[in-house]
Amino acid sequence: MQKSSEKSFPKQKEFRVAIASGKGGTGKTTLAVNLSRWIAQKCKVRLADLDVEEPNSGLFLALPLVQRRPVKRAIPAWDQELCLFCGNCQKVCNFNAIIQTKSLVMTFPQLCHSCKACWELCPAKALHPQEYRVGEISFFQDENMEFIEGRLDVGQEQAVPVIAEVLDYLDENILLSGLTIIDSPPGTACPAVETFSRADLVLLVVEPTPFGLYDASLAVAVAKALGKPLAVVVNKWVADDQLLADFVQQNQVEIIAKIGESKKIAEDYSKGNLIYEDNPEVQENLRSIYDYLVAGMGAKL
Amino acid sequence: MKDIQEIVVISGKGGTGKTSVSAALAVIGGSELILADCDVDAPDLHLVVSPVEREREVFYAGELAQIDAKKCIGCGKCQTACSFLAIDKLGEREYTIDPFRCEGCGYCARICPSEAITNLPRLTGEVLISQIKTKTTMVHAHLDVGGENSGKLVAELKNRAKKIAKESNKKIVLVDGSPGIGCPVVSSLSGASLVLLVVEPTVSGFHDLKRVLELVNKFSIQSVAIINKYDLNENITNQIKEYLGQFQVEVVGYLPYDKAFYDAVMQGKSVVESHEGYRDKFAKIYKKIKEIQEKK
Repeated sequence: MQKSSEKSFPKQKEFRVAIASGKGGTGKTTLAVNLSRWIAQKCKVRLADLDVEEPNSGLFLALPLVQRRPVKRAIPAWDQELCLFCGNCQKVCNFNAIIQTKSLVMTFPQLCHSCKACWELCPAKALHPQEYRVGEISFFQDENMEFIEGRLDVGQEQAVPVIAEVLDYLDENILLSGLTIIDSPPGTACPAVETFSRADLVLLVVEPTPFGLYDASLAVAVAKALGKPLAVVVNKWVADDQLLADFVQQNQVEIIAKIGESKKIAEDYSKGNLIYEDNPEVQENLRSIYDYLVAGMGAKL
Repeated sequence: MKDIQEIVVISGKGGTGKTSVSAALAVIGGSELILADCDVDAPDLHLVVSPVEREREVFYAGELAQIDAKKCIGCGKCQTACSFLAIDKLGEREYTIDPFRCEGCGYCARICPSEAITNLPRLTGEVLISQIKTKTTMVHAHLDVGGENSGKLVAELKNRAKKIAKESNKKIVLVDGSPGIGCPVVSSLSGASLVLLVVEPTVSGFHDLKRVLELVNKFSIQSVAIINKYDLNENITNQIKEYLGQFQVEVVGYLPYDKAFYDAVMQGKSVVESHEGYRDKFAKIYKKIKEIQEKK
């Protein structure tokens, strides 16, 4: 199923890490922003927030905005003059996004997947593509790092076009060296699949509770189905127990860092602060992760 | 008042305690309600309500293209037509469908000159119906790995839950929804009578609340809120309370930052079972929610 040639880590270009979580609220964004900021002191880093339904990374960074543009996709527009009312457009749409009555063709943009079939197969060319806004992409930068945020408009249901637009930007502007860190969408459905499929490594943030471990095992299954290497960071860690040991064994994963449960960290997070600044133990965690990534790349960052 | 009240628990941000709250309310409500776990991406309620499976059914939604290699003449028209980069060229006359990318639009099958492509129903997951320890029924699901169409699966679960409620003469369906604002959430909101927002007082929790409330308001559904971990940042708790007030969203409960929630999950229980003190708290919240419903 996986696309060719991505098994081994690339050496002459950026290394792309998707920070993921099965369950929401495990600390995915926390790790993404803290790791980015901390590593930016050592090498070139860019961070992309692909949790486009609820993008939060930017709240912790406060970087200057460089550019912002809308994300659009194509939906059909109808030309009444040309229409033969043959019903073909309705027939070829698998998403019920277009309906023809005796005198009218109605389109439902939110159901449309932009497959192009209706206008390309219209015998009278009575349909043509028009742009439809679904979200926006913003670019931020300071002297240490670059940050790209995808943001879905409220009311839009399909997150993938916004995610794909950010991933396309990353692909078209590959760093010659350094690290691209992705704050991935939660869960295991289409948004997460799209993100994992275009990363070199999935770094899974796991909360060591029955909820967290169950959801994490679903995310491991997705990464494996896509043929992506994966490593685990435990967050809100309390103690090593049988539950965690079973998870590691059953899923054949490696834990590369454990960030301890702490109310102090939760409070710092609640204020929108970077948690490593005031919690030295977190810096040790970040160092372990950094070392793992460097070793994983087979080259110094 | 509608016959069956559908109460949907959502949060915008993940990990705010949505499932812990749902489980606690399910225990308080007991056999008076039907439970539906519509967080199909990351379903967790089954871990704390001891389900005994009664029914299991595969669920298909949408389509998936398939190429018959024997019929394929290698013209490549399908690859050109596909908007989702879901068709890969393997060899000179060999094309294949990437099931993770295919959205089942069917365009390729329509234009294939040798009729080598067919669209098959797509396996999305399984619908499960279980008896749970609160002497009622839970409707839940397994989403297939990388499953598409999670919104349709959510709609199916809600329909099942409503049907069972009707048959068994129950008035309430309690729905544990998904995080975010995308298709599974929109799907869980359709037909809801009341939304229960579980919010945490963090910069990101507040940000996400604003987005999800904007969505709920587009549907004109009444909502109430629980502020979880309210003591983590009382400053933001107050800001949230004020914000919710502007939209006539009543705060029906405040829960502290408390290891009890962690301990409960570790024991496979809801917090009202593991920590007696919470029983009263959630009973009050449940009563308040019912009163708000009845007033409508």
